[in-house]
Amino acid sequence: MLAMEYRGPKRVRAVQKPMPEIKHPQDAIVRVLRACICGSDLHLYNGNIPDTRVGSTFGHEFVGEIVEIGPDVTKVKVGDRVIVPFNIACGECHFCRQGMFGNCHESNTEATAVGAIFGYSHTAGGFDGGQAEYARVPYANVGPVIIPPDMDLDDAVLLTDVVPTGYQGAEMAGIQTGDTVVVFGAGPIGIMAARCAWLFGAGRVIILDKEDYRLEFARNYSYCEAYNFQEIGDPVVFIKKITDWMGADCVIDAVGAEAAGNTLQTITGRKLLLQAGSATALHWAINSVKKGGIVSIVGVYGPTDNLIPIGNAMNKGLTIRGNQTSVKRLLPRLIEHVQNGIINPKGLITHRMPLEEVADGYRMFSDKLDNCIKTVLMPPTANQ
Amino acid sequence: MKDNAINTPIDPKQIKGWGIDADPKNDPTYPMRHRMNVGEDPDSKHRPTLQHVDEEVLKSIERPNVSAVFGTPEPPRGLSGLIRRQAYKYSENQYKHWLPMILADRVDMIEGVLDDLAHGHVPNIFAERGAKMDWKYNRSGFFTRLATISLLTAGTIVLFSGKGKNKNKRSKKQRRYQDL
Ligand SMILES: NC(=O)c1ccc[n+]([C@@H]2O[C@H](COP(=O)([O-])OP(=O)(O)OC[C@H]3O[C@@H](n4cnc5c(N)ncnc54)[C@H](O)[C@@H]3O)[C@@H](O)[C@H]2O)c1
Ligand SMILES: [Zn+2]
Ligand SMILES: [Zn+2]
Repeated sequence: MLAMEYRGPKRVRAVQKPMPEIKHPQDAIVRVLRACICGSDLHLYNGNIPDTRVGSTFGHEFVGEIVEIGPDVTKVKVGDRVIVPFNIACGECHFCRQGMFGNCHESNTEATAVGAIFGYSHTAGGFDGGQAEYARVPYANVGPVIIPPDMDLDDAVLLTDVVPTGYQGAEMAGIQTGDTVVVFGAGPIGIMAARCAWLFGAGRVIILDKEDYRLEFARNYSYCEAYNFQEIGDPVVFIKKITDWMGADCVIDAVGAEAAGNTLQTITGRKLLLQAGSATALHWAINSVKKGGIVSIVGVYGPTDNLIPIGNAMNKGLTIRGNQTSVKRLLPRLIEHVQNGIINPKGLITHRMPLEEVADGYRMFSDKLDNCIKTVLMPPTANQ
Repeated sequence: MKDNAINTPIDPKQIKGWGIDADPKNDPTYPMRHRMNVGEDPDSKHRPTLQHVDEEVLKSIERPNVSAVFGTPEPPRGLSGLIRRQAYKYSENQYKHWLPMILADRVDMIEGVLDDLAHGHVPNIFAERGAKMDWKYNRSGFFTRLATISLLTAGTIVLFSGKGKNKNKRSKKQRRYQDL
């Protein structure tokens, strides 16, 4: 089958690989119909996540059709078209039973601090991902959700990560009616977090990024105020100024390890890998939220350390919440929102490319070329 | 963007879905809906059916066992594999775990190039780096990358032509390659 393959930092290609096999009685094999490139893939692409092995296939955002099931699979059958949450979760462990499907204890041997994620290095369990024609989906009784018959596959594929992550970003921000919410990052995740902040009753939503085309997009898609942080001086002072010098009630970090905006963070975090990525946005988040406010982290950082002003977090009495999104927990509500026209996921898709051109897709998404917001890869077998 | 007039706030109530998920009880532990501690959980030792371990899986020492399900692609191999095995002897709490792993990733990359060459395939680094997109949408970036890639390629050739010579010398060259 055709699959994306990692060759080293900033080098990927499409190659022929052996078909995935059933390795556990609850496994299913899925023929991929759509797969996206995500901001999370950039951390792997740039070589910033330890134990990313050459030859691995990325891709944690995919939908597909079940073509084979293991003997213990009862909840889905061959021929079903399914949304595959990006987390691999057993549904039975102490954490899964608390709804923490992003923190499963029975799917990742290599690390305990992170659950398993499709196509996301051996640090996240060593599973191949869905940027391929076929993928192995473990715990098929737990993760996959059947795509409602009236749902567009383009909407479905964004329910594997982007919509739930934006939503959980807003949820973890503990937004109360009328709150001012600041979102750092106007990528797909930040744009979705800004859109979802309104669902929790936000009174004002403000987004910051450095890409004007993304800010423009966010302003229209998420109905929020949008500012280019390269044009406002010190972003923390700017936010204080526009919030009556109090700071925002809630701040969401939707940037993570590839953050720009602070040379020291960029050099130590992204170039020298002395930190687990550049923590610029998180640094700004802690300093621009009001005293007693909440910082919600959905931006991804590596497993080592980061430079953040933790003293300020203590002195200001902040609550800091973060997690890998519990996709499965949120899907029922979010499918409803999509069906009721409250969220329009496919509105984020700007590019569609054949899987064969995966290297170009990564370059374009990574460098924010051609006004790219979200790219969908189409495997040759996905006869639309 | 300097024109703040385009940022006039709108009346939130006009936004479709405004407030439908508002929840005053959303306290900081909220995403853990059914909060329980391990002591309260009669099933905390329960495990799903176990996947048969028939290949090498490196295991974090912060857990007692291999997870019920695990990924099987790309088991550790070569010099990078040796480094990884060593790294997994230390917990996730230690730099001795993560720093060698980053080194192993870079060694793996070099081993990947050698493996390609050994199979008679010269990797098309331009295509792998999506240079076509740069040429199309980012000309200046294209030329910067051209220079970088040429250097990398030269490095690879130097490295490859050194294959078979004594071990010490080769590892020095590998280090030089990584510095490029
Ligand atoms: N927690 C989860 O479960 C989860 C799931 C998916 C994605 N993520 C993470 O969310 C983050 C965003 O993902 P994405 O797909 O939107 O990525 P993206 O790369 O498309 O977007 C990131 C945006 O942040 C902007 N940016 C850079 N530095 C900034 C700064 N200092 N302040 C404000 N903006 C800045 C960039 O210009 C870019 O537009 C990534 O870190 C990704 O790994 C987390
Ligand atoms: Zn993603
Ligand atoms: Zn679990």
